[in-house]
Amino acid sequence: MSPHRIIARLDIKGPNVIKGIHLEGLRIVGKPGELALRYYEQGIDEIIYMDTVASLYGRNSILNVVEEAARDIFVPLTVGGGIRTVDDIVTALRSGADKVAINTAAVTRPEFIDEASRSFGSQCIVLSVEAKRRAPGKWEALTDNGRETTGIDVMEWIAEAEQRGAGEILITSVDQEGTKKGADIDLFSAVRQRVSIPVIGCGGIGKPMDAVNAFKRNAIDAITCASIFHYNTCTVPQFKAVLAEHDVPIRQ
Amino acid sequence: MIHVIDYGRGNLFSIGQALRHLGVPFKLTSDAGQIRESSRLLLPGVGAFGDAMAGLTERGLADAVRDAAHRDIPLLGICVGAQMLLSRSEEFGLHKGLDLINGTVRRLPEPYDGATGQTRIPNVGWRAIESKQDDPVLGTVPANSMAYFVHSLAPMADDQNHIVATITINGEKIPAAIRKGNILGYQFHPEKSGPTGLDLLQRFVEMKV
Repeated sequence: MSPHRIIARLDIKGPNVIKGIHLEGLRIVGKPGELALRYYEQGIDEIIYMDTVASLYGRNSILNVVEEAARDIFVPLTVGGGIRTVDDIVTALRSGADKVAINTAAVTRPEFIDEASRSFGSQCIVLSVEAKRRAPGKWEALTDNGRETTGIDVMEWIAEAEQRGAGEILITSVDQEGTKKGADIDLFSAVRQRVSIPVIGCGGIGKPMDAVNAFKRNAIDAITCASIFHYNTCTVPQFKAVLAEHDVPIRQ
Repeated sequence: MIHVIDYGRGNLFSIGQALRHLGVPFKLTSDAGQIRESSRLLLPGVGAFGDAMAGLTERGLADAVRDAAHRDIPLLGICVGAQMLLSRSEEFGLHKGLDLINGTVRRLPEPYDGATGQTRIPNVGWRAIESKQDDPVLGTVPANSMAYFVHSLAPMADDQNHIVATITINGEKIPAAIRKGNILGYQFHPEKSGPTGLDLLQRFVEMKV
């Protein structure tokens, strides 16, 4: 069985990493360069940078952050937030990103997924979906960090995105995000059953056992963690050790 | 001096950063003359095979790479760059490769039990590479070393002797590294594989022919 990926998620606002609850209520937790380097040295498998204000250009833009990181950090880097055009992707890749996460632009114009995957390959295109539970087994896709509703059904949307060429799905549970109450296994499982591409689960991981439970139930291929590492609840090796103890295959 | 071939495709930035980190002098080039005279060549590549080969051919660089390889210049292909070393690829129809190593780029085996516990395609993530013990370049890579992969196809060399490292995907052994003399291909991304990846890149830098 292939190892599951443990991914650090850094939500960026200007020069800082921030963290919110339910994607709101923001607090500064550190500098992106320092946090990313610390996680890399501890053995993180990947890093995702999410621009919370979609400020792709200008001073202190997320691309400067990524460019700085790419000098010393040799694991895959994904950039999301504000990616709207093929040119934005070119710029992100030139700054050292390996993949881009697309949400709003794909919702607004689904053909963007086709264009992006044709130009850069599916492996480069991560569809980011913010899911809000509306009824048992029913989720609505939100955009703009959970600020905007779309009326789109998450399960239909991810199936369409896969057809259009998305290479991975990053599924964020808006209901669990920042709560440390555990992964939204119902949501993650439903997503993973609907598509055949890798699924990255995001939101709710407050302790290593939360990840163990999600992996044991085959709900996801990879998981993102934020608060648990940002606040030093545990280090990356401590986190991975618990997974290994429970026979979850990981990279050590 | 390593010449990194710039043909409009490939994550040149990351590869450059990794070489810089190793302290290896390098230069990007799109010049056929420079490629022919180079002492060590690196061929990166991301995206689709046909598109990448077109990028190389349009710039008149495919023949230059072939000439250098035939003159025993050490050449490393990474990801799609490694696939391009082969005769052909089955990605989106049939495409001709550089034909430096006999073989075909084929799709990875799909999970046979779609539901649980198996590797989804594209194969994304860290996989343990098993290297051929007697290979002078990769033989000493420690067991269980993991490298980062992101691909749906792999370079299936015809001659088993050219497969110098493998990973296991959905029950099958898949080439992770191929080598024929001075010509080396890494399906994984050494520039994205942490300290293990930097070591694997260093092995190419030191590779003797």
